Amino acid sequence: MKDDITTRWLLRIYTAVIFIFIFAPILASFVFSFNSDRFPTIPLGSFTWHWYVTAFSDSDVWSAAEVSILVALSSALLATAIGFSAAYTDHRYDFFGKKAFLVLALLPPTIPLVIFALATLGWLSIFGASGKVVSIIIAHTVLCVPFAMAVIRLRLNQMDPNLEPAAWNLGATEWMAMKSVVVPFTLPSIVAALCLTAAVSFDEFAVAWFVSGLNKTVPVIILEILTGNIDPQINAIGSVVFVVSISLVVIAQVLVMGRIKKPETV
Amino acid sequence: MTEPLVVFENVVKRFGNFEAVKQLNLNVHEGEFLALMGPSGCGKTTTLRMLAGLEEPSEGDIRLAGKSLVGVKPHERDTPMVWQSLALFPFLNARENVEFGLKMRGMDGVERKRKAFEWLERLGIGEFSERDVNSLSGGQRQRVALARALVTEPGILLLDEPLSALDANLVIRMQAVLTKLQRELGITFVYVTHSQSEAFAMADRVVIMSKGEISQIGTPRDIYRTPANRFVAEFVGRNNIFSGRVNKRGAIDTEAGTLHVDRKLPVGDFVSFVVAADLVAISLSKPKERNVIAAHLISEEFVGSMVTLFFEATGGTEIKVQAQERALEGILRTPGQLLYLSFNASSSHVLKY
Repeated sequence: MKDDITTRWLLRIYTAVIFIFIFAPILASFVFSFNSDRFPTIPLGSFTWHWYVTAFSDSDVWSAAEVSILVALSSALLATAIGFSAAYTDHRYDFFGKKAFLVLALLPPTIPLVIFALATLGWLSIFGASGKVVSIIIAHTVLCVPFAMAVIRLRLNQMDPNLEPAAWNLGATEWMAMKSVVVPFTLPSIVAALCLTAAVSFDEFAVAWFVSGLNKTVPVIILEILTGNIDPQINAIGSVVFVVSISLVVIAQVLVMGRIKKPETV
Repeated sequence: MTEPLVVFENVVKRFGNFEAVKQLNLNVHEGEFLALMGPSGCGKTTTLRMLAGLEEPSEGDIRLAGKSLVGVKPHERDTPMVWQSLALFPFLNARENVEFGLKMRGMDGVERKRKAFEWLERLGIGEFSERDVNSLSGGQRQRVALARALVTEPGILLLDEPLSALDANLVIRMQAVLTKLQRELGITFVYVTHSQSEAFAMADRVVIMSKGEISQIGTPRDIYRTPANRFVAEFVGRNNIFSGRVNKRGAIDTEAGTLHVDRKLPVGDFVSFVVAADLVAISLSKPKERNVIAAHLISEEFVGSMVTLFFEATGGTEIKVQAQERALEGILRTPGQLLYLSFNASSSHVLKY
């Protein structure tokens, strides 16, 4: 019994240490973004909005934000649409080579980002589609599809296999059943997939840096400012990016987890 | 002469190499309550699913009201089904679930709502119409499923083991609801079940299936009293099966003794016959009957006012006797007690094979 308690406490401390390790730098960056001193040192100077004001009066930052938002929204929509189709195909049909199809569909996140980025750049330049905003959208869509598919598949697996046939049985065509049964049933996971893929795209640096050309996204401009000098503006921009991404991920988590706990059907 | 409402003509259904349904010929008449019964894997559910269009027959033809259903999509047939899992739409409330079929037919909102509510009322759950289906009890959900299937006023209703998830009490209540509905509406019910009590309690005719084939079609009484073969006799239970060779005097030498049936049988043949458990009499002293078996009481099972007694005769033959509790007054019923069992030759039914 005593061992049990000791183990439990050790595990708790271990978990706490890991969280501190992960979040301390982010927290530091957050704190320093409001610090009036130019260099991140302790003791802190006074509270200021200065860095936020500077960052957001920079037109480069604004255009990067525009690109990032456009890319995140477009690739989230595309990736979720494709991910939904792939997940539904997996759920509904059995066909030769289905395993291979699934492996292929879930592969992109396992490829090192730099290699993926380089390959995408090479591939897109063949079509003359490199260095444009649309290039980032294409690359991010490919990167995000597996996430969307995984989230939606989770929800589809909870669906009573008779639910769709029941709709047909009551006079719904396959399209009507899709619209009035499958989509409403998977809606939480569709929204979750949208949030998650938008967050992935919004955060992503390597691929965007390779294929974006002159259309910088927020992570790319952060690096650009950072290579020049140590500028607390980075802390300000970083904090905003973090808040946006974590909100999207938390929304996704709540939508997915909330549904799993609640027993459905029968 | 008009054709029956549903006709299965030489229907075969294969899944890969497995023949789930073999050469099925079956008629379902208008307005009847037909039960398809058999052990799991006998092809009863596949048969029902073919009627709903969820499976296509590999061979043969299925006709509904004279029109072939081969190649007709599920949504183009009017064959609503009540599912074993109920398959209620969890994101819709009770009323919206019932409205679904009407909505697909393009009925306008107000009329739809009125009709759905009417059916929920009819099934006694009007007060729950706006409730989330996940918050309803098993019996209430069952009623929502029924209302959803019946709201479009179909000519036929398919039911796939709809009561199997309910507790015994509720099953009896729902049976009454179903038979009453079927009689009031006058429409055809095709009911798949593995439960003998459900089939016998509700159906006009019962189809017993085994390994993709029909073993027997008949009224519950026919099937109980005169099972067509050993499979049916054993499946139905509550039957005593005796086997033996026909001797020179026309009686049958079984392990439990020499017994007489009311039929002339070829001498030397090996035959089996059944005697229903409720047609066996029990007495303390040896009665003056032709068919008497001395047996020891093993155990008894008491359900309501009916008692089933289990005996063992010489040769290890197990014999079941079903009787009213009060009819057994004055008979000692301690396990191990030797009692005399007797039955009339006319109570026996010789099996074909």
